[in-house]
Amino acid sequence: MFYREAGQFKTSYQADAAIFPIRQDRVAIAAVLVIAYAVIPLAATPYIFSALLIPCLILALAALGLNILTGYAGQLSLGHAAFMAIGAFASYNFMLRVPGMPILLAFVCGGLCAAGIGILFGLPSLRIRGFYLAVATLAAQFFIVWCLAKVGWFSNYSSSGVITAQAIVILGYTFDTPTAKYLLVLTIVAVMALAAKNMARSNIGRQWMAVRDMDVAAEVIGIRLVYAKLLAFAVSSFYAGVAGALYAYAYLGTVEPEAYNLDLSFRILFMIIIGGVGTVLGSFLGSAFIVLLPIMLNFTMQFMEQTLHLSIPMSAASNLELMVFGGLIIFFLIVEPHGLARLWQIAKEKLRLWPFPH
Amino acid sequence: MTFFFEVLIGGLLSGVMYSLVALGFVLIYKASGVFNFAQGAMVFFAALTFVGLNELGIPFWLCVPATLAAMILLGLATEKFVLRPLVNQPQITLFMATIGLSFFIEGLAQLMWGANVRGLDLGIQDEPIQWISDATTMNVSKFDITAAGIAAVLVTVLAVFFSRTRIGRALRAVADDHQAALAVGIPLQQIWGIVWAVAGAVALVAGMLWGARNGVQFALTFVALKALPVLILGGFESIPGAIVGGLIIGASEKLAEVFLGPYVGGGIEGWFPYVLALLFLLVRPEGLFGEKIIRRI
Amino acid sequence: MSAPKTESVRKIGDTILKLENISLAFGGVKALTDISFDVREHEIRAIIGPNGAGKSSMLNVINGVYHPQQGTITFHGDVRHNMRPHDAASQGIARTFQNIALFKSMSVLDNIMTGRTLKMKANFIEQALWIGRARREEFAQRAKVEQVIDFLEIQHIRKTPVGRLPYGLQKRVELARALAAEPTLLLLDEPMAGMNVEEKQDMCRFILDVNEQYGTTIVLIEHDMGVVMDISDRVVVLDYGKKIGDGTPAEVRGNKAVIDAYLGVAH
Repeated sequence: MFYREAGQFKTSYQADAAIFPIRQDRVAIAAVLVIAYAVIPLAATPYIFSALLIPCLILALAALGLNILTGYAGQLSLGHAAFMAIGAFASYNFMLRVPGMPILLAFVCGGLCAAGIGILFGLPSLRIRGFYLAVATLAAQFFIVWCLAKVGWFSNYSSSGVITAQAIVILGYTFDTPTAKYLLVLTIVAVMALAAKNMARSNIGRQWMAVRDMDVAAEVIGIRLVYAKLLAFAVSSFYAGVAGALYAYAYLGTVEPEAYNLDLSFRILFMIIIGGVGTVLGSFLGSAFIVLLPIMLNFTMQFMEQTLHLSIPMSAASNLELMVFGGLIIFFLIVEPHGLARLWQIAKEKLRLWPFPH
Repeated sequence: MTFFFEVLIGGLLSGVMYSLVALGFVLIYKASGVFNFAQGAMVFFAALTFVGLNELGIPFWLCVPATLAAMILLGLATEKFVLRPLVNQPQITLFMATIGLSFFIEGLAQLMWGANVRGLDLGIQDEPIQWISDATTMNVSKFDITAAGIAAVLVTVLAVFFSRTRIGRALRAVADDHQAALAVGIPLQQIWGIVWAVAGAVALVAGMLWGARNGVQFALTFVALKALPVLILGGFESIPGAIVGGLIIGASEKLAEVFLGPYVGGGIEGWFPYVLALLFLLVRPEGLFGEKIIRRI
Repeated sequence: MSAPKTESVRKIGDTILKLENISLAFGGVKALTDISFDVREHEIRAIIGPNGAGKSSMLNVINGVYHPQQGTITFHGDVRHNMRPHDAASQGIARTFQNIALFKSMSVLDNIMTGRTLKMKANFIEQALWIGRARREEFAQRAKVEQVIDFLEIQHIRKTPVGRLPYGLQKRVELARALAAEPTLLLLDEPMAGMNVEEKQDMCRFILDVNEQYGTTIVLIEHDMGVVMDISDRVVVLDYGKKIGDGTPAEVRGNKAVIDAYLGVAH
């Protein structure tokens, strides 16, 4: 009974189209933001920032990008990490080669480069669909990462291929502590998530979903498939590109092609499956889940070792992790194919009545 | 010129092994519409199980049926625990489930048998066949020829299985229309179980050949991934397509690596098949053997 | 959708759509052979014929989903060659489908809003930032869509995902989406298939209302002869991809070839 919209009447289309039409949701999101900006920076340890919160937010951004492409526009991609790599390398080169380049602008330019390449690899989507397209996106994954590793110019002819990312300096302030990096990442992610929400509720979001649900009907209603699909690729790759740049600058501290391998692409894909395809919230839930899972498994195994006096070798632990990972994905698909975001929605439905039965 | 043909033949023969992996995909896709991403993991699992059993001191001739049994078991378990609960879900969900499955199988295989790289000796030497070298001055590997022979036998057996047996007929009916097959009393789940078991057996053959050639290691799963561009070329539902696609991919990637690679720093084998498949799709979206799709609304 | 006018704007005018010698084949299969007919402004034109006669193909030719191998289509005086469906949409042609082609996972409101796509001019940056034109348009178009929702009496299901609605309502939502585009030519592919009598009566009323109040020209495929004879001004009869009759309902009813096609003929 505490979570219900009774008594909240919408008197304008504006109120009806709001991102959070129900008051309780607005309160909740405000609380989350307050915690994220005020409580966490005071409470969390550097370990939590750099091992948990920062990767979680960055990967959520990447997942959000993939969700725009796959969840909203219905075009499956198996190579999204490659667009992250482009974002990282492009940002690095803008910083390196353009004197006085502000780093935020470099991130944006990195995103734009990723968007351009994304459009290029999105071209086949105009002719092919479904799994054929999915396999085609693998070409992006392997080709782009190979290209970045082979062409020396991209890495400024570094002999090892691993380059140290430049320091993040904005208006004279150096973001070098985990807390500062966290706050920067949080702000960028929050702004881009808001933009994603806006796109989802406006005309372009509806066009994407229409293309996803039935492309022939979408075209008949006047939607230009070329525009809608390529824009989805561009926006999605832009998100991935910015996420990739943040991944290099705020998380790894290095720029290297190998960080953006097929494995990362799959992890991002799993985030949106487990979190919820076609929801912004799902990208965050999925990311949290996938980042937390190995840490949780580690804890569990340490706990088992201590209580049961078992010794689990390192290799076995990583293999068990693979198995649990795979098993959980199957489990999730069977139990709730719409992901954690749907579970959250169901919980909210229940909350409307709780604690009363009817 | 001799060198060119040597590379070409070497490529074609290794392409045969891509075809073998692709064959497993096609079987499952035809029968159940599932795009089985875990086929590569199954190949890896088969090779590792085989080597693992062999290392335990079990003789070679016993390892084959034992691994076959393990693969069939794995196939049946997949059908029962993964696909059956997901029946009637959209194709994309099933596909995601098979990605999860591939993680699970890879973890399981390495947990059981360890992750270190091992050799697999089938008793066939990877050396040039003498009389061909003498006659044409080309080096053609004995191993590759044997692998191609085995693949040919396997394809023939499968073709006979599908066209001559009752199960094969039922299978084709299922492939054509699930609902209709169910309506005439074909036990759908039994058929799916059989298909997964057969795909497991095909994975065993592919795994043994790949393992003997490249060593049994995790990288095998990446090799198996190359079956995907093969499928794009050949079409997801065509067995001849899988064979021809495999040959094209095998030959072209070797030719590209040898003749183009030196100019761009090498290592292009890793992406060439995908880019080739991508370009191919732009010209012929329905694959080599697929029919032109007329979409009715 | 502009506000309904009180007096009828229905006065059959000049020819707005003219099809001449249309032939369409898929591979070796001939779907349409040498078909010519015209549609006049404000009229309700029915296409009838047995299953497989090529009726849906005819509509697909009109709005550019299929491209005929031969023949010309003249719409509003322009001769068209190979246009894409969205070009047809931007020229004011909207349609519904035989097997409902709604966006299943989207709400009724969002489905109908897609019908307004062509009226929206904001670029996607404005949409991402929810500023300026994007914001204004969203609410202006919403108001238009609400008029359609009122017109078709589907207020109560506004926020329901389309996939959860019963068949009859889905058909109505599809009509709403087409109407939201404010078409000058509306193509309806079996709008009453699979409906019970009450639903059919409702649908008939809506079709006549659209035609009366907005003056929309309608081309309609329907199997229910009673409906066709009641509401249409002129009827084209197709059989095996050929035109076998054309005229007012009364004329068509008396046409020997039509009777043979429907009742069978002794050979």
